[in-house]
Amino acid sequence: MATEASTHDHGHGHEPGHDHGHEDHHELGWWRTYVFSTDHKTIGIQYGLTGLVFLFFGFLLMLVMRWQLAHPGVPVPKIGWLLQAIFGDSAFMTDPQTGVKGVLTSAGYNSFGAMHGTIMVFFGIVPIAFAAFGNFVVPLQIGAPDMTFPRINMASYWSFFISCVIMSVSFFVPGGAAKSGWTSYPPLAGIADLSMDHPLMNGQTLWLIGMIFNITASLLGSVNFIATIIQLRAPGMTWMRLPFFVWAQFITAFLLLLAFPPLEAAGVMQTMDRAFGTSFFMPTGLIVNGHLADWSGGGSPILWQHLFWFLAHPEVYVLILPGIGMVAEVIACNTRKPLYGYKAMVGAIFVLGFLSFIVWAHHMYMTGMGAKVSGFFQTTTIIISVPSVILVTALMLSLWGGSIRFTPAMLFATTFLPMFGIGGLTGIPLAFNAVDLYLHDTYYIIGHFHYVVAPGTIFAIFAGIYHWYPKATGRMLNTTLAHLHFWPSLIFINGIFTPMFFQGMAGVHRRWYDGGATFQQIINPVIHWNNFMSVSAFFLALAQLPFIFNFFWSMFAGKKVPNDNPWDATTVEWDTPTPPGHGNFIKPITVYRGPYEYSVPGADKDYTPQTEPPKADKTVTAPDLLGATPAPAH
Amino acid sequence: MQIPYEVSARPDTGLYNAKLGIWLFLASEVMLFGGLFSAYVFLRVGADDGYWPHGLLNVPIGFMNTLILIASSVTVVLAWASLKMRQWSKYKLYMGATIVCGVIFLVVKLSIEWPQKFVHFGAFIKKDRWEQYEVYLGNKHLAEKGLAPRPEITGHLEAIEVSASADAVKTFASDHELEVKPAEAKESGESALVVEAKHAEDGVSPRTAEKLLRLPGVKPVAFEVKLDEINADPDNPENDRPHFIPRSLSEKVAKIKYDDISSWSSFAPKHSSYFAVYFTITGLHGLHVLAGVIVFCYFFFFGEKLYRKNPEHMANRVEVGGLFWHFVDLVWIFVFPIFYLL
Repeated sequence: MATEASTHDHGHGHEPGHDHGHEDHHELGWWRTYVFSTDHKTIGIQYGLTGLVFLFFGFLLMLVMRWQLAHPGVPVPKIGWLLQAIFGDSAFMTDPQTGVKGVLTSAGYNSFGAMHGTIMVFFGIVPIAFAAFGNFVVPLQIGAPDMTFPRINMASYWSFFISCVIMSVSFFVPGGAAKSGWTSYPPLAGIADLSMDHPLMNGQTLWLIGMIFNITASLLGSVNFIATIIQLRAPGMTWMRLPFFVWAQFITAFLLLLAFPPLEAAGVMQTMDRAFGTSFFMPTGLIVNGHLADWSGGGSPILWQHLFWFLAHPEVYVLILPGIGMVAEVIACNTRKPLYGYKAMVGAIFVLGFLSFIVWAHHMYMTGMGAKVSGFFQTTTIIISVPSVILVTALMLSLWGGSIRFTPAMLFATTFLPMFGIGGLTGIPLAFNAVDLYLHDTYYIIGHFHYVVAPGTIFAIFAGIYHWYPKATGRMLNTTLAHLHFWPSLIFINGIFTPMFFQGMAGVHRRWYDGGATFQQIINPVIHWNNFMSVSAFFLALAQLPFIFNFFWSMFAGKKVPNDNPWDATTVEWDTPTPPGHGNFIKPITVYRGPYEYSVPGADKDYTPQTEPPKADKTVTAPDLLGATPAPAH
Repeated sequence: MQIPYEVSARPDTGLYNAKLGIWLFLASEVMLFGGLFSAYVFLRVGADDGYWPHGLLNVPIGFMNTLILIASSVTVVLAWASLKMRQWSKYKLYMGATIVCGVIFLVVKLSIEWPQKFVHFGAFIKKDRWEQYEVYLGNKHLAEKGLAPRPEITGHLEAIEVSASADAVKTFASDHELEVKPAEAKESGESALVVEAKHAEDGVSPRTAEKLLRLPGVKPVAFEVKLDEINADPDNPENDRPHFIPRSLSEKVAKIKYDDISSWSSFAPKHSSYFAVYFTITGLHGLHVLAGVIVFCYFFFFGEKLYRKNPEHMANRVEVGGLFWHFVDLVWIFVFPIFYLL
């Protein structure tokens, strides 16, 4: 049994990279081990920590905005002076009546909103869900010693790091960070903060340059992921024996590879517009502040929208597919039965990946593309809900008849299903042109996609962290603290996003700086929800404290893992020492069976690792991977 | 730790890692240039009649560059084949030829093609003033023939007429080798000056003109432009269609009032959608050529050590670099017709 073969080194659990003398013929220095590392696990952890920091930072930006929405024009209590000192007078001002510092300005509100979206999507979720978990888990799950191109992998992280620095710096340039929404629609984005003396040092241009680095990082990463999955699968790891998480990462990598470059092209073009005065996105006869703007014109703002959404719709699936993959792993392991309909799920994820490239213009119904174009995208959008429903249904049915262990990871994974379900189902009305014209840019949209990404993907990320943390550190996360994290998070995250549907249907627009106070007589029945949502957001932030404490405390003082496979899982990553050293496996890996052989009738325990050879004397029947016959519970 | 399939192919995929990697990278490059080419299509289809220029690029030079790139694609394959046959000296020869071709391409681009654009001047005339410049635009003639109108006057900037005090422009003029004269006919009460080059044949560069007009107290009145052949003789049927070789300047000088101009500049990226796309795509393509040349130089000068150790690995590297080089070539095969010919 491979799982008990290599428990000799648990004492060094907190020192990854120093414990497996069998591989390291030459000792790498501290810098090469922890900072400029080419090891996929270190890079994964680097991505994960950077991503978590930005995820929390993006959330804090939103907390300030939620304060402003609930109490328009009131200084942020306690820390208002500090915020004003940090972010400067463009983002915060002094209350003219009381003289108290820390009132969010409208420019600051726009800037925080734009950066909240950008940071959450490109600097939080993608780095964690795709890059961190993909880097750490995928090579382990396919039995590879590392990524195919370790140095390109390092270049990917450092390109991402540069983009993080640029985005952070952009808060402190004159005028503050980008403030034209995370979508950066021109011509608004084309003229924002444009002073000819500093064509580079302004929020929007830095946003563009930061995005170009971010995209480059994603491209380097995705080439690496695809090549790794194709080339470095261990002997016997055939395509249909890949864990579903690997499939999810594989399709996600293709989405990033093919959808991101058009945004890179668009980013270059908008940078040209801003720095060199071209008119890619600047229409003829543009009037700015009452004067004819100094552009030759002839450009098309709609072109930006097409190029942006050609990325950003596949990007939605980039956000959710790794999450679904993680949830699938956690569910299969903790229900102790195979995934229901593994092959159908693989097929569905392929179809989803393909269709995600031809639905982008459903974000653009308001641009007046014409009924035929809208009709096309309306149709494809409805079609794409079919594979999504297949995935969620299969995961839901996987629970059926299982003997479920509600580990912290499983709590988050099971919660993911209804939360993502709400997000998905509320999206269906938006697919229809006629409905969308009314709901476009309202809080309904905000509620919809946050249900997909926040209690959806972020809960999946938490599931993944609770699930793989023992493998990465050699220690378990504390379960009591995990419950203190999970239950309040679940309650308060719904407290934030559910009222958004009510507000949106009543017509509350997503970009109102005063929370709708100006339009009080129209939205009076729903405006009181602002306070409720803001209080929920504050408590949601408090609910993260047990997690943050748990995350760092357990690294040094958590319970040590009992063996290399604490969850009794089947997939190959649990065959490594804990934590895995450089080169991952101490012996060559051969895969003999599918990924989810849980509760196989006749087997001597309720899980059979993929690396366990078939027994010569006893016939082990593989479970029906289509899941037509539910496996009996043990 | 050794990563498998770095040199030899994985049996079931038939590929070594880097070959798969470069194909994936090229897939993303296709999407990158695809985004830019789709912008080209979008902007060209959306351009008003006559606002998409033709015949402004030098076709013979572009054609020569095309041949040079194609030749370099052949030599890089020969370099790879030489390595496969373990003929190091032949490899050096062919790889050297490839690098020389790439360098020639870049030199032609950076020393001939691009700089010419930045000294040429173009001014779009406001639509309601076309009548006044009919003698340069020839739009009646074009309309009779059912051709798109000509909204722009192009040529070399000879002089700028400004309304300013002599003191305001004095230092600027001496810094930029310009000469300031009083204008002959004053139309308004303000003092009008003519700013021109010290050596008349140089002309005023449009960039200097922009700087001049940004000085405090300087207001533009008119441009004096030495016309391109096409604006000097617009009704000539020979000028209906663009020429593959841009014809030389005429001797005719036109005076264009600043108020009649909707926008003006050199043939820089900001001049029009056409030059915006032209510079963005050829610039990005040029960066790719540069990257290829740098990588090939590395293979050329520092490849021998790896070749002696593992010749197959070296051959693989050249193959991967060659695939990239072919892609760069292929992009140019699209760039040449859509910008130079169509």
